[in-house]
Amino acid sequence: MDAVAIRAEGLGKRYRIGERERYLALRDTLVRWARAPLRALRGRTHENGSIWALKDVSFEVAEGEAVGIIGRNGAGKTTLLKILARITKPTEGHAEVRGRVGSLLEVGTGFHPELTGRENVFLSGAILGMSRREIQRRFDEIVEFAGVERFIDTPLKRYSTGMQTRLAFAVAAHLEPDILLVDEVLAVGDIEFQRKCLGKMQEVSEKGGRTVLFVSHQMNQIRRLCRRVLWLEAGGIVETGPTPHVTAAYERAMTSGNDPRNEHREFAPNAKARFLGWEITEPRGPEPHILTELAPTTIKFRVWAQADLGPCHHGIVLYDTEGRRVWGWATDRLPVPAGASTFVYRFPMLPLRPGFYSWLVTLFDETGRLDSWHVVPDLLIATDDHQHPRDEWSGILNLPATFEVVAARRAASDAQSR
Amino acid sequence: MTRHAAPFQQLRTLPVTVPGNGQRPTVIIQPSRGLLRLDLAALWHYRELLYFLIWRDVKIRYKQTAIGVAWAILQPLLTMVLFAVVFGRFVGVSPEGAPYTVFTYAALLPWYYFAQAVTESGRSLVGDAALIRKVYFPRLFLPLAGVLGSLLDLGIASLLLFALLPVYGIVPGVRLATLPLFVALAMVTAFGVGLWLSALNALYRDVRYAVPFLIQLWLFASPVAYSTSLVPEPWRWAYGLNPMAGVVEGFRWALTGRGAGPGVALAVSVLAVLVVVVGGLLYFRKVEATMADMV
Repeated sequence: MDAVAIRAEGLGKRYRIGERERYLALRDTLVRWARAPLRALRGRTHENGSIWALKDVSFEVAEGEAVGIIGRNGAGKTTLLKILARITKPTEGHAEVRGRVGSLLEVGTGFHPELTGRENVFLSGAILGMSRREIQRRFDEIVEFAGVERFIDTPLKRYSTGMQTRLAFAVAAHLEPDILLVDEVLAVGDIEFQRKCLGKMQEVSEKGGRTVLFVSHQMNQIRRLCRRVLWLEAGGIVETGPTPHVTAAYERAMTSGNDPRNEHREFAPNAKARFLGWEITEPRGPEPHILTELAPTTIKFRVWAQADLGPCHHGIVLYDTEGRRVWGWATDRLPVPAGASTFVYRFPMLPLRPGFYSWLVTLFDETGRLDSWHVVPDLLIATDDHQHPRDEWSGILNLPATFEVVAARRAASDAQSR
Repeated sequence: MTRHAAPFQQLRTLPVTVPGNGQRPTVIIQPSRGLLRLDLAALWHYRELLYFLIWRDVKIRYKQTAIGVAWAILQPLLTMVLFAVVFGRFVGVSPEGAPYTVFTYAALLPWYYFAQAVTESGRSLVGDAALIRKVYFPRLFLPLAGVLGSLLDLGIASLLLFALLPVYGIVPGVRLATLPLFVALAMVTAFGVGLWLSALNALYRDVRYAVPFLIQLWLFASPVAYSTSLVPEPWRWAYGLNPMAGVVEGFRWALTGRGAGPGVALAVSVLAVLVVVVGGLLYFRKVEATMADMV
C-alpha cells in the first residue's frame, strides 16, 4: 500500500453561533462575564447555541492521490480544508499531514493593489509558502502562464480583473508543495483559463506525484481530476469511493427529493391541456430520471387534456447545462384525446456525455400555446464514460466506439484469398 | 497545537520525485493544548515570509504620498517645534543644559518609533484578516513585522538629529554605543504592547478607537516634553513602570550626554516590559487558536 499523506481521525469543529458575527464588541463580552455565574447556577452548558460544522470525520489519503471533496454549500468542505491547512484548529479529533502543505482557498491571497505585478508575485508566493529562490527560479514561467509580460511592472490596481485573476492563479499553479488543498478557486476566470488551470493541476497531480485535495461543485472538474471522492453532508462523510460511483450517487441525491421548482409551476386555470410529468421507463434504473445504461431508451411524458383536441403541434428539445440544444424534434396535426394520455419516445440509445440535461416540451393548437414545460427534475445521464478523459477533447457524444488498426497488406491478402 | 517532527531543511527546494520517502515533515493537527508553545521551528521555517511582510509594509507605507518618506522626519520635527514654542517658551520647562529643541527631538525619536510600531502592529491582525482566514503562517509575524518595519522611519528621522547635534556643539561620545540597547528596549516594549492590542483588536474592534487615545495619554506620561527630574526623587523607580520613560531618558542620555543615566528606574522598566511581553505572548497564543474564525 502507498504511503499515507493525510490521515484524519474523528475531526470535529464546533462554532458558537455568535462567532459567525465576525467580531464582538467588548460590551457583549462584559455582559457575558457578568452573567456567567448566573448561568452556572441555572446549570446551562456551553453546548448552547453552537453548531458542528464538522463532526467525526475520518479518512486517509495516499501520497500522490487526487481526491475530490463534494457536497452542498455548508456541508463542511471548506472547514475541513482549513483544518488540514492549519488555518483553524479542530475542536476535537486529530490529523496527521505528511509533507509540505500548500493551500489555495482563494485566488490572489496576499495580493496588494499598490504593488506592481512583479512585487505581488513575490509577496503572494511567499505567503503561499514558496521560498524566494523558488519564486525567482519560476518567475518567468509564472508571468508567461498569466500572459501579463507587458504589465509586470505596473501596479496591480491598474490591472483588469481578468488579468489579476490570471496572475494570481499563475502564482498558485506554480506552487510545489507535497500536498495541495484547493477550494473551488476554478470557479473564477474565463472558461479558457479555467481549462488551462485544470490542465496544470492535472499535470501536478499525475506527473508531479503530488497529493491533491480538491473541492468543487463542478462534477466534470471532479471527474477529470480525481480518482476518488469524499462526499460531505452536514459536517459528516456520506460516502467515499471511486469518482464515478460517488459523483453519480451525489447527483442522484441532488435530483431526487422535492425539487422546489416543481411546486412553483403555474398553470393558466382554464388551460385546455398540460404536461404532468415525465419518466424513463426503459431501461429501468434506480430512479425514473436517471439513465444508467447505453441501451434502447423509452421516455414517457404524461399529458392531460380537458377535451378532445384537434390537430396540435408538439415540439421537444433536449438541452445540456450550458443551454446548448443537443437534439430537437416536432410533429404537426397531432390529435390529443381528452383525459390522460402519454407521449412516448423511443430512442435506440441516448449516447450523451454524463451530466445533467433538460427537456423542453411544448404543445400548441390552432388557438395558440397550450403548454410549454422545462421539465422537472432534470435528466441525469450517469452512463459509463467512453470519451476522451480530457474535457476539451471529449465533445458531447458518448459513443462506445471500437477501434483497430488494419494493415493494408493484410486487407489485400484477405481480399485475394476470398 | 502543531508539531514538526522532522526538520524542514533541504526539502524546501527538493523536487518531489520519490513519493513515499520517509523524510517528509509530519504535522500533527489537534485541538490546542498547553499554554506557551511558541513553535520556534515554524517561525524559523517561515522566516522569509517575515522579510516579505516587512518589505510590503515599508513599500506601501508612503505609496501615493507627495513627499513620501520625508514624513518620517517631518512628524517629529513639527512636534519638536510645537513643543519648543508651547513648553519651552510659554510654560518654561528648562532642561538640564541642552537646548530645548535637541532635548525634545532626542526624545521624540524613540517616541514616534514607539507610537508607529504600536499602531502598526496593533492593527496588523485585523488589517490582514483576509490572509488569516485563507492561509496558514505564524500569526506572530504580523505584529512583529509592524515593529520591525517601523525601524526604517526611526533611522531616517535620526539622520536629522545627527545633523542637528554638531550645530549645537554636542558630541555624543562613547555613550552612543548604548543606544542600540535603548532601541531594543523600545522595540520589545512596542512588541509587547502590539501583541496585546493586535490580539484584542481581533476580538474587539473597540481597540481601534482606544489606541490613538492610549498613545496620546502615554505621550504625556512619558518624559518627552519634560524631564524625569520633574518627578520627585522617591517616586522615580515607580516612574520606571512606564518602560517608555526609561527608553526616552536613555535616548537623551546616550545622544546628548545629558539627563539622568540608567538607574533603578531602567531596571524596573525592563522587568515591566518582560511582564508585558510574556503576558502578550500567552494571550496571543490563546487567541491564535481561534483567530481565523474570529477576525
